[in-house]
Amino acid sequence: MKKRFGRYFVLIALVTLTGMVLFACGQQQEQPAEATKEAAPVEKAVEPIKLGVAGAHSGDLASYGIPTVRAAELIVKKRNAMTGICGRQIELLVEDDVCKPEVATNTATKLVTDGANVVVGHICSGATKAALGIYKESGVIAMSPSATNPALTQSGDYPNFYRTIASDDAQARLEVDFALDVLKLKKIAVLHDKGDYGKGLAEFAKGFLEGDSRAEVVLYEGITPGAVDYSAVVQKIKQSEAEAVIFGGYHPEASKLVQQMRNKAMDTVFISDDGVKDDTFIKVAGEFAEGVYATGPVDTSSNPIAVDAVELHKKEYGEEPGAFFLNAYAATLALLNAIEKSGSTDYDVLTKTLQSEWVATPLGIIKFDEKGDAIGVGFAVYQVQNGQYVTVEF
Amino acid sequence: MITLQEIKKSFLVSLWFMFLTFPIMVIKVNTIEQTIEWRWWWMAAVGLGAFVLSFFWRIAIARKEAGKKKAEVSGEEKIALIPRLMSNPRFYIPGLVATVALVVIFPFVFSMYQTNILITALIYVVVGLGLNIVVGLAGLLDLGYVAFYAVGAYSYALLNYHFGVTFWMALPIGALLAFLFGIMLGFPVLRLRGDYLAIVTLGFGEIIRLVLENWNAFSFGPSGIANIPKPGLFGLKLSLQQSSIFIYFVMIGLALMTIFVVRRLQDSRIGRAWIALREDEVACQAMGIDKTRTKLSAFAMGATWAGMGGVVFAAKTTFINPTSFTIWESVIILCVVVLGGMGSILGVIIGALVLILLPEYLRAFSEYRMLVFGALLVMMMVFRPGGIVSGVRRIYKFEGLQNKVDS
Amino acid sequence: MDYFLELFLGGLTRGSIYALIALGYTMVYGIIELINFAHGEIYMIGAFTGLIVISVLTMLGWNSIAIIVLAALIAMLYSAAYGFTIEKIAYKPLRGSQRLSALISAIGMSLFLQNYVLLAQTSNFLPYPNLVPTWDFLQPYEHIVRSTEMVIYIATALVMVLLTYLIKFTRMGKAMRAVAQDRDMSMLVGVDVNRVISFTFIIGSSIAALGGVLVASHIGQVNFYVGFIVGIKAFVAAVLGGIGSMPGAVLGSLVLGWTESFFTGYISSDYEDVFAFLFLVLILIFRPAGLLGRSDTDKV
Repeated sequence: MKKRFGRYFVLIALVTLTGMVLFACGQQQEQPAEATKEAAPVEKAVEPIKLGVAGAHSGDLASYGIPTVRAAELIVKKRNAMTGICGRQIELLVEDDVCKPEVATNTATKLVTDGANVVVGHICSGATKAALGIYKESGVIAMSPSATNPALTQSGDYPNFYRTIASDDAQARLEVDFALDVLKLKKIAVLHDKGDYGKGLAEFAKGFLEGDSRAEVVLYEGITPGAVDYSAVVQKIKQSEAEAVIFGGYHPEASKLVQQMRNKAMDTVFISDDGVKDDTFIKVAGEFAEGVYATGPVDTSSNPIAVDAVELHKKEYGEEPGAFFLNAYAATLALLNAIEKSGSTDYDVLTKTLQSEWVATPLGIIKFDEKGDAIGVGFAVYQVQNGQYVTVEF
Repeated sequence: MITLQEIKKSFLVSLWFMFLTFPIMVIKVNTIEQTIEWRWWWMAAVGLGAFVLSFFWRIAIARKEAGKKKAEVSGEEKIALIPRLMSNPRFYIPGLVATVALVVIFPFVFSMYQTNILITALIYVVVGLGLNIVVGLAGLLDLGYVAFYAVGAYSYALLNYHFGVTFWMALPIGALLAFLFGIMLGFPVLRLRGDYLAIVTLGFGEIIRLVLENWNAFSFGPSGIANIPKPGLFGLKLSLQQSSIFIYFVMIGLALMTIFVVRRLQDSRIGRAWIALREDEVACQAMGIDKTRTKLSAFAMGATWAGMGGVVFAAKTTFINPTSFTIWESVIILCVVVLGGMGSILGVIIGALVLILLPEYLRAFSEYRMLVFGALLVMMMVFRPGGIVSGVRRIYKFEGLQNKVDS
Repeated sequence: MDYFLELFLGGLTRGSIYALIALGYTMVYGIIELINFAHGEIYMIGAFTGLIVISVLTMLGWNSIAIIVLAALIAMLYSAAYGFTIEKIAYKPLRGSQRLSALISAIGMSLFLQNYVLLAQTSNFLPYPNLVPTWDFLQPYEHIVRSTEMVIYIATALVMVLLTYLIKFTRMGKAMRAVAQDRDMSMLVGVDVNRVISFTFIIGSSIAALGGVLVASHIGQVNFYVGFIVGIKAFVAAVLGGIGSMPGAVLGSLVLGWTESFFTGYISSDYEDVFAFLFLVLILIFRPAGLLGRSDTDKV
């Protein structure tokens, strides 16, 4: 008996601890939830539409997954405050996959079991591939804001997959064309962060460059993400006499690289991808960001939906949105729009609607081709000028 | 019951925590926007929480200490509840029957999600039992165990991709390859002991992962290998649900086999040699045990199970890439062994179930999931340092001689 | 030759950064034989605390040298407090149990702290202002070595000298050595073991915080996850040098830094870490107790 008692104490202590943490950190979110409840008329009779959101919400890649959750939260809150979709409220099912394939399969089964109608996610290509089979069997459509692996749409293995981001090969093509046609560069170093996003892109860039006689790849290397110093690699770029660096990866490594290159008084051109075309990059790299090129969806700063979304995020969370926020915002809008237009969550109906109905998103007015890539998301090259991404015409 | 002294003490603790969490919890800076947000109510919450918790903490620690003292005074080793029940046939037999019944009907009663996470947990049972041989029995701290797991997973994925090898053929091949890798990695580290061994194995684990990540021509690099077939059942076409249930039973079978083999190994000549090695290397050598062979066999045997686990892992996930084989995975497998109770088979099983299922069930806490998980790990270790089921040391009594002397 | 020199300095920077963290690892290990997995997180918390102080003071319009000094000091103070508290909560109750239990507890602590900062602050990367002043006399060599890097070298050297003094010549240092050698025996001769262990955690943590502030200034960004990778690397460095030995930790860190730098420079950074780990394995095979570690012979 006595021993049992001790165990109860531990249990109580645990519950109190978690309770305390929840109380401490949960307050911020409680308020909006209450507000929604008041605003929306109680419509319990109709089954809510369940929108799954899956991605990395903890661990090293959390900063790429959390913005997606927030995008979905913002939209769902806004829609529910009105009448939801067709009078049906939208319920969010947010599940973490830590960007690991094996967790992603569990996440996917959880979402399917919980009755998710459509899914926004996943974030990483690997996790997405692992999860898609489960969605496919269950007739659930998944739309990723950030999984760029070409095979996802081009292999034909994943008919239920859509994305609001360009695939690696499309972005690499654009980067290479820009480097060769506009900047007329001869010697190019291709770097990547060894991740599935960065390396995938770099492989394509390297392939395209090698297939073109106008320029040569003088250096092809992977850098170690999270390292405290990149001076050795920077020296190597200098040694290789590259005129430009094409970098595949995310903004933390990009800003470290650029900063160290500029510190060594190198004015090497820096061209990068969607993972870098993020305002956080400019803020983190500061003055060093000036002149950096990055590819990304066509100008979003003048798109009213994008402006609105960013404003809403700032108001709600008190900070600038993170990576892939607009892509996720577009994905959520596209999915909800398809459900609304067709009035159904049926797989075949949704597929047809997604491929036929145009929808206004922060990325422009888009629909999807039968492979799952977005049509209408124009891609453009940007350059950082005076602390802002400015479209480069070419 | 609560004295003034204790209130004062708790008050100080709460003050301390308010001080400690002040910058991180209260001030939220935004260096991008150059704004500062002050969140004073969090401080109040921390203060209150620390005040209340410190009472429970003190009581719990006091009870733990008292328990330890009592055990010291009485001089007998306290046997935990579960092994005690296990040794009593009155509980053992119905318990076993109930467990078997539950295991058999589980996938038909519970949802596919429950079945799926249980499969993951079962993979960790097998892998954990393998690591238990290395860490729990032979006492060699291995922080790179996930390397063998990766060998298993990649051998199935690659053999299938290139030669269409089926799951059932890949299972022994994966095990064999992992076994060979175990011997290969075991050789250079024979001289090392303790934490030097740990760090070298960590190094090997990372090397294997980095090679998989960088050597595109061989392993397809970070973009991984997709469309790995699930295990087939005589060529039948299985739906997702059916194949989950099938893998579940495959895993149950594999786990039972592992348990059987590990149990037999424990009681064998080599198993006793491992335990002797763990207890005292020098004395063990002096007794005439071949240290090299014993260590190598521990490494290789442990690796074999990881290889098999890896094959099932690849088949279950249908997609693998190097992110699944980071050092973090080794750490989790080590946690399974230590948390469950080193050297105890039942302990490892319970440890795997707890550690793999817990984060899944903690999904209810959404973003606080890993925070709670971390806190629970610390608590479990603080209050049950020997693991959930501490391995009971077998006591051999030699009574014959005593009787003779007496008479 | 220039190329070599630059790689050398790059390696020195990396090595010095590893050293600031490895010292804390090695101290804690020397005293209680625990691989303190949460040490990387202490480093991260130090960097974050520093950032918070810097932001607050910048808004108050202080002068930049005063800010960086104060930020480093407050970060050290807070990290020391965290180190102290963590030891009391997660490690002290485990003293006397099997060693691996404390290791798991440390892993749990590391997870907890990471997510604590993630939830209380942000998941995003935050820019870290570099307030280390640029010195005029370094101007001509700007492209080779910058003042921040210089400060990191100097800080590492200074910390090592001070620590060696502390351990070799002070009463507390003597007590630390005694506890490291034989905890029970030193208790018998009147050393307050609890105090010595707390002191070790406080010193180790504050060095990590100093490292955190300097490194974050150097690379210009911080996020809740920065501690983990650096922590592992620093631990490798500590073992390479012979865990438990202060000069060993510094030497091991430098060797690791140079290995990575030269390998990247002359061969390829693809396999940079592979090579670093292979090198570690090779060294440990020939010197099983690390570069400067004592190899004890077992007595039965």
